[in-house]
Amino acid sequence: MKPRGYHLLPSSRIKEVWVAMSANVGEGHPYIPNSVARARDAMLREIGVKDVEELLAIIPERLRFSRRLSLPGPLTAEPDLRRHVEGILKKNRNCREYLSFLGAGCWQHYVPAVVDEIVHRAEFVTAYAGNTYSDLGKWQAFFEFQSMMGELLEMDVVSLPTFDWGCAAGFAIRMASRITGRDEVLISWTVSPERLAVIKNFCHSEHVPAHISIKRVGYDVKTGLLDLEDLKTKISTRTAAIYFENPSYLGLVESQGEEISRTIHDNGSECIVGVDPISLGVLAPPAEYGADIVCGDIQSLGLHMNYGGGVGGFIASRDEERYVSEYPTHLVSIANTEDGTGFGFGFCTHERTLYTVREKGKDFTGTTVGLWTIAAAVYLALMGPAGMSEIGEVIVQKSHYAARLLSEIPGVRVLFTPYFFKEFVVNFDDTGKTVREVNRRLIDHKIFGGKDITSEFPELGSSSIYAVTEIHTRDDLDRLARSLEAVLGE
Amino acid sequence: MSESKMRRYHAHVWEEPIIMQMGSEGERGIAIPITEKEIRETVGSAQSYIPAGMSRRRAAALPQISQPHVLRHYLRLSQQTLGMALNIDIGMGTCTMKYSPQVNEELVRLPQFTDLHPFQDEDTVQGILQIMYEFSRMMCEISGMDEFTFQPGGGAHGIYTNACMIRKYHALNGELNQRDEIISTIFSHPADAACPATAGFKVVSLYPDPETGLPGLEALKAAVSKRTAGLMITNPEDTGIFNPMIDEFVDIVHEAGGLCAYDQANSNALFGIARAKDAGFDMCHFNIHKAFSSPHGCMGPACGAVGTRKELADYLPVPIVTFDGARYHLDYNRKNSIGKVRCFFGNVETILRAYAWVIGMGPDGLREVSETSIINTNYMIKKILSVRGVTMAYPKQTTRLDQVRFSLETLREDTGVTTNDVARRMIDFGVQEYFTSHHPWIVPEPFLPEPCDTYSKEDIDYWVEVIRHVCEEAYRNPETVKTAPHNHAIAKINIRDLDDPDKYAMTWRAYMRKSKSRGGKQR
Repeated sequence: MKPRGYHLLPSSRIKEVWVAMSANVGEGHPYIPNSVARARDAMLREIGVKDVEELLAIIPERLRFSRRLSLPGPLTAEPDLRRHVEGILKKNRNCREYLSFLGAGCWQHYVPAVVDEIVHRAEFVTAYAGNTYSDLGKWQAFFEFQSMMGELLEMDVVSLPTFDWGCAAGFAIRMASRITGRDEVLISWTVSPERLAVIKNFCHSEHVPAHISIKRVGYDVKTGLLDLEDLKTKISTRTAAIYFENPSYLGLVESQGEEISRTIHDNGSECIVGVDPISLGVLAPPAEYGADIVCGDIQSLGLHMNYGGGVGGFIASRDEERYVSEYPTHLVSIANTEDGTGFGFGFCTHERTLYTVREKGKDFTGTTVGLWTIAAAVYLALMGPAGMSEIGEVIVQKSHYAARLLSEIPGVRVLFTPYFFKEFVVNFDDTGKTVREVNRRLIDHKIFGGKDITSEFPELGSSSIYAVTEIHTRDDLDRLARSLEAVLGE
Repeated sequence: MSESKMRRYHAHVWEEPIIMQMGSEGERGIAIPITEKEIRETVGSAQSYIPAGMSRRRAAALPQISQPHVLRHYLRLSQQTLGMALNIDIGMGTCTMKYSPQVNEELVRLPQFTDLHPFQDEDTVQGILQIMYEFSRMMCEISGMDEFTFQPGGGAHGIYTNACMIRKYHALNGELNQRDEIISTIFSHPADAACPATAGFKVVSLYPDPETGLPGLEALKAAVSKRTAGLMITNPEDTGIFNPMIDEFVDIVHEAGGLCAYDQANSNALFGIARAKDAGFDMCHFNIHKAFSSPHGCMGPACGAVGTRKELADYLPVPIVTFDGARYHLDYNRKNSIGKVRCFFGNVETILRAYAWVIGMGPDGLREVSETSIINTNYMIKKILSVRGVTMAYPKQTTRLDQVRFSLETLREDTGVTTNDVARRMIDFGVQEYFTSHHPWIVPEPFLPEPCDTYSKEDIDYWVEVIRHVCEEAYRNPETVKTAPHNHAIAKINIRDLDDPDKYAMTWRAYMRKSKSRGGKQR
């Protein structure tokens, strides 16, 4: 084959000075065994063609790409490749070197070393769609994930996770619409705007027959709780479900779960609750206050943030056919062996899915977040009941301590006290500074301030959401308070 | 080939209990950092911050297991999983089970990546934004498209994103009421039918000509109308056959006023050879966890990278990473955007790996990936057709690209052994089972291997010998094949349990409840 010349994309904006590396690879590429001429020639002879061009004759000339791709590389030598990529990544400032209070759907929790060891195993990293026997361990880990989540949620059916919490909520709403035969969903005003945007793509557009319309239910700006009166005005015979989050996007614990679900059930509608599972060591599982379908993200259960990559959305319900038959996602079931000597696993009611019945399936599924599912399983196994309740308590205490420190700073107000979990809203209206200004200055102190929600919730003024987890120490929180004081005093 | 050439393989047998049965009261796998005394003294107990009735009443009935036992259990489960890295994983057509370079795994484990929060200030994430931007430029060159998003979390999700953009396009043109049909083909991935259906479209599927295996132009002409919203199609389809009239398909749908979305999940044989743009497509998606080497991870995390022509770039989900010559930005200002299909920016780890992979390959390396994939496929066809009981679907299409659909109908007629039986027996010889194919099985008793660039001539030879061995066994001793597997940790499961509401159980608690109500023994 042609010598491996170094080539730079002419339009490239890669600013690094690329050094042409004369990697000594001979003719073979390390990733392609058959790039060696001996093998290639032998195979071409066996096929009975002179070269690959003869095989490519099946693609008409007019559809053929006639030039060489204009791409950078190759950086064939591993040290060169590593140096190049690490050089770019070093431009990032990360939450290990900076103190971060960002949350809003992706949180910095501690990831136990055992979790990383397991999800780094090449067996799991490189497995895919192997079935019951050849991938037995993968299936068992999936079933264990569902089983442990079932205990945390106190629900009998838990799905394999879909892409993220937003998609899980969107699918849950579509399930409720099919179950009830109704076409409207009530969504609390205090759900995450990111998730709402995802949900909208699962519900709209109004021009298509399967459209589900969204009605928002307001909240009390003093308490942060769902406005029950508004719920009663919005609910109707068209209402398939209500969707609210607990803790809400604003961190607040919704205490009216029972009243909400009673109102919803009296109307023949479904109650869907989104939940951050790491709260469930101390907070009541939504099933206890009447949720029919529960969804949420597994990110807090042992996943690194990965710039928002480490997420996955689960769906759970009671074990009733009317729910099970409407899941779009994979459901892993345990099954006994034919000879009664043991058990294995397989997909439950697979004919629900597109794999069997194409467009007649329940929505769609596909490759989602298998490896993260295993991470969450290992995490829950390590944590156990004591770990989950302790981490909940620690998060509550630390976040409330932080809120107390911040609220002592002149001009800073913490909204919606005292019932929040992990996250709380900090308002800067009386400081004369915007959240953006404050956060820019905090970066000089090596601190990432809370997520700016000024444009997402204009009624809350200049506000941000601060997230405090078990990884924050008292020193960290004191440093935040001192830095914020300094920034606001400037 | 004599039996001695088959590897003597046996899967690990650990007889691991379900984790819910493990451990004992008081054991724990990890300690939680305590709240410092000063904090406790300042704020008091956690319970005082939980509203009445909202406290968890009883602890979750999770197992209580010490750390070494948790580690041991999951290491054993990993050993009972036949990842691609451990075997000749040629059988999974449409999946491109290629090598995921180990160095890329190290890159995605660096704290400079793992500890980035998606809402950090742009100034503090210029490195990762650069990777995302540069990779989007590479994808544009590879496909001919003008802009990309990496937000969709898998291939089907990428297809759904395209369906949402088609929907929005017609809605803004005021034609969505009228344009309610998406045309696909039965050999396109089922997501090309299911995703537009989820988006609210009616789906029209074209069937293949029995001779060529390709959908016919006449059938397409008969299917298009003013109701046509678009075409969502794979090429090569899930048969490995390249549709040489693909540009005419696109023209016909364009003339009818529809948009055309190219499902490029099967792109491994096309790098530097054919591009979406040159066939006239408006949008496309690639599976970054397939042809672009990001590992499959037991079904994800994955990425369906979606690209569009510039006329439609405004419809992509937000944000899009842009570059102003000095800094990288997250651009949320797209007036026709469909909004979001997933929170944040997608599975960015897959992008980081794929960036490193493309740079590691370079333009000639990518071309070599595809040429090797094509040579491997056609070599395998030559070898496998001498196996008794195996035929190739649509034999007049002698040349295939990335994969090929075979049939074991002859074997089944002769021996009663089905393709599912053969798949279960294959794994007794240390290779992953094959993928039969998606339903409906237009090709009876199918199997669909994809010998991508990762596999050597010797790998392919071994794989073919396993097929040969099992097929010969089917003629000689069909019961052995029907009752397979024999070299695995468990015997054949009762698959009827999986569809029986009285027996299926997605959780241990449900399994215990149902076992109890049947009065059966509990394991």
